[in-house]
Amino acid sequence: MLEMFNRVVAHNGLVTAFALVGVIMWLSAVLSRRLTFGHVHGSAIAIIIGLVLAYVGGTVTGGEKGLADLSLFAGVGLMGGAMLRDFAIVATAFEVQVTEARKAGLIGTVSLFLGTIIPFIVGASIAWAFGYSDAVSMTTIGAGAVTYIVGPVTGAAIGASSDVVALSIATGLIKAIIVMVATPFAAGFLGLKTPRSAMIFGGLAGTVSGVSAGLAATDRRLVPYGALVATFHTGLGCLLGPSLLFFATRALVA
Amino acid sequence: MVIYGTALLAFCHLAGLFLGDLLGSLIGVKSNVGGVGIAMLMLISLRIYLHKRGLLPKETEAGVGFWGAMYIPVVVAMAAQQNVVVALKGGPVALLSAIGAALLCACVIAAISRTGRDTTTLPPVHHHEFVEEEDLVTAGVSHA
Repeated sequence: MLEMFNRVVAHNGLVTAFALVGVIMWLSAVLSRRLTFGHVHGSAIAIIIGLVLAYVGGTVTGGEKGLADLSLFAGVGLMGGAMLRDFAIVATAFEVQVTEARKAGLIGTVSLFLGTIIPFIVGASIAWAFGYSDAVSMTTIGAGAVTYIVGPVTGAAIGASSDVVALSIATGLIKAIIVMVATPFAAGFLGLKTPRSAMIFGGLAGTVSGVSAGLAATDRRLVPYGALVATFHTGLGCLLGPSLLFFATRALVA
Repeated sequence: MVIYGTALLAFCHLAGLFLGDLLGSLIGVKSNVGGVGIAMLMLISLRIYLHKRGLLPKETEAGVGFWGAMYIPVVVAMAAQQNVVVALKGGPVALLSAIGAALLCACVIAAISRTGRDTTTLPPVHHHEFVEEEDLVTAGVSHA
């Protein structure tokens, strides 16, 4: 019996993932209402549950893809992978009101540049303070603070050692998790309530995963505006990291 | 037909990612540059174009709307496959860099979003076809 059940589940990975995420969403909605009286958005709780499950999955299997490394839940990897994530993000563009997006286009672009340069400076400075004082390591860790994709791409381009690259990925991942979890709680401080503020947030907070999850947990209607800007974040970071930012760091350190 | 909407979405998705890759290789970057953003802009323009010509019936819109509504569940699945173990093992350098970057950026966001004139507004919650019960609850809380 159990074996048969396991086989059905394992052979229908994506469908299993739909069922699992449905249960998580339901549980989160109940927790949100009963425990926090609606003050903490159900989506925020669901994302935290997801991260906890990812930790459990990663600890049990020693793999890199969280819960998706458990063969029973491999479908989570497909459902939450880049393909469906991007597909769903693009779909939210249907809700964008062009007049609103256009009004904030310039400030969104400015935020995008600030969102690349500020984390880079912070990351590179802290790397330097901890003894990673060569330009290559500083640049790679600084790039990791931009997003966890910019870090390894930059590191590979300028020849960083593998432990520094791992450190830069960890930096980007922690930042993405902080943005996912903290955004709904910091929404008031951030002034996150209009399309314009969502676009500023999308540029500065970086990482599509952090921004999309953070905004989803704050107000679903803000998602397309933030995502529209955040999606250029990794590209800009990969452009500036191994070039301008690396040269600037090298000039300062040497 | 619902599939027309989903196919339209798929077309924009593929074209956007392709153009993003093309843009990346043109400027010599080993990554996709704004592919998803380009796809979003294409979908926005196509929606306006088709809407003006009356070629966008409710069913077609539903083929896109469903995927937009699946967005949060997909993000939860995404959270469930993050490499949380590696993130937690990163040690003080990773932790401090991430916290420092996030804090400083938060202050800059707070400063910029409060300066200048903000005339943008969100549509009312009922505007969308696939409205989640959760959204109504939060909207009620934040507007109160």
